[in-house]
Amino acid sequence: MIELKSINKSFEDKQVLNNVNCLFENSKTNLIIGRSGSGKTVLMNCIVGLIQPDSGEIRYDGKNMLSFSKQETFQLRRQMGMLFQGSALFDSMTVLENVMFPLDMFSTDSYKDRMRRAQFCLDRVNLSDAGNKLPGELSGGMQKRAAIARAISMQPKYLFCDEPNSGLDPKTSIVIDKLIQEITRENEMTTIINTHDMNSVMGIGENIVFLYHGEKEWQGSKDDIMSSPNKRLNDFIFASDFSKRLREVNEE
Amino acid sequence: MVLINWLVAFGKYLQMLGRVFRRPDRMRMFLRKFYAEVFQLGIDSISIVLVISLFIGAVICIQFKMNIQSSWMPAWVPGYASREIMLLEFSSSIMCLILSGKVGSNIASELGTMRVTQQIDALDIMGVNSANYLILPKVAALVTIMPVLVTLSVAAGILGAYTIVYIGHIGTVRDLTIGMQYSFNQWFFWMGVIKAMFFGFLITTIASYYGYNVKGGSVEVGKASTNAVVTSSILILVTDTFLTQLLS
Repeated sequence: MIELKSINKSFEDKQVLNNVNCLFENSKTNLIIGRSGSGKTVLMNCIVGLIQPDSGEIRYDGKNMLSFSKQETFQLRRQMGMLFQGSALFDSMTVLENVMFPLDMFSTDSYKDRMRRAQFCLDRVNLSDAGNKLPGELSGGMQKRAAIARAISMQPKYLFCDEPNSGLDPKTSIVIDKLIQEITRENEMTTIINTHDMNSVMGIGENIVFLYHGEKEWQGSKDDIMSSPNKRLNDFIFASDFSKRLREVNEE
Repeated sequence: MVLINWLVAFGKYLQMLGRVFRRPDRMRMFLRKFYAEVFQLGIDSISIVLVISLFIGAVICIQFKMNIQSSWMPAWVPGYASREIMLLEFSSSIMCLILSGKVGSNIASELGTMRVTQQIDALDIMGVNSANYLILPKVAALVTIMPVLVTLSVAAGILGAYTIVYIGHIGTVRDLTIGMQYSFNQWFFWMGVIKAMFFGFLITTIASYYGYNVKGGSVEVGKASTNAVVTSSILILVTDTFLTQLLS
């Protein structure tokens, strides 16, 4: 469980995050949504510790990360897996080497066991045969799946996904979403997904935080969205003609 | 303002070094990366070092023989001068200036690209000390391989001088050999090695600093690469002055 308390962050004069409070629950797919520039990525970077917030608390299972020593921060990070927007696979390594990297770095298991775990992770994301390929030889969807395999190789307690569907076609996006949801449940992880893909919101949004100009505007599940009277949320969710039509059909 | 910017950059550089010079998280991974860097930064540079040193050795010999030597100068002077120039300056300082272009831009663009494609962020998120994992093997590899490069450069320069004397008929091999052996001071070789190792440290750490701290996209990676080469070249020349004074 990850809890944010009064998170503020500004860059020079611009307030990017303003008093953000929210709770991300265990074994659920938690989504942060909002328009471009609403502060989603900054919030995600604060949560994972890539950016230091100006004030507030980020509690991992009750412990404030911001008061951790360097050693404690390293320990916490070893319980994190992250899927980056551009996959961020190490392009000088094969897919298998990428997945094995965290294990090689931190696991005390034998080479055989590490290899077995890496192969299991690749099998789990349906990339059994891509182990010897370089990231540049994979499609966008396959790169995302390889990145998921790397993120879960150390069996993390927390999984972070920054725009997992960017640049993917709708069908592949659904595959990635389902994969993240299944892995979250299987491993009882706390997963936070940063997205503005409405298919993801309506497909796997079990706990959704809507950011508007750096403030938490709304929080609820995908089922709550349909009945929410929040105008800003509705303007964002039902921005396209297709989704407006969908709502009208739903209301009828 | 320029001074303040320079001091801020120097402070960040020292902070980065503080993160780099730590015990590696996993020695096995460090050694794997170290061997790879020895090949990428060192072994892959041997050909350019040999080619340039060979021709510079030959050119120094030609210049002394054709343009500087006069009747009052002994015939062995071109050999003597070729050896001393190669040992004292070319194989350490000038070769490192060339390497700062090849190796420095390579390091800055590699780390810069890793930064903009979030590969360094991925390392940080995993709990890896990214500066230590990425930069320490490069520094260790280039500093380790530098004595080899200096030795090869000196040897290639001397070979170049012999080659031009033999092929170009600009003197006798005997005179050149007498010059090469005249008043040899072994310390000059070690001075070149020490200077080159120091420059190797400068090239890798400065290029890593620029590459590691890139913000933005491909344009910034290009700028970082250029800045790395310019800064390390200037610092090599400045420190060369002090080191030469100190070691002489």
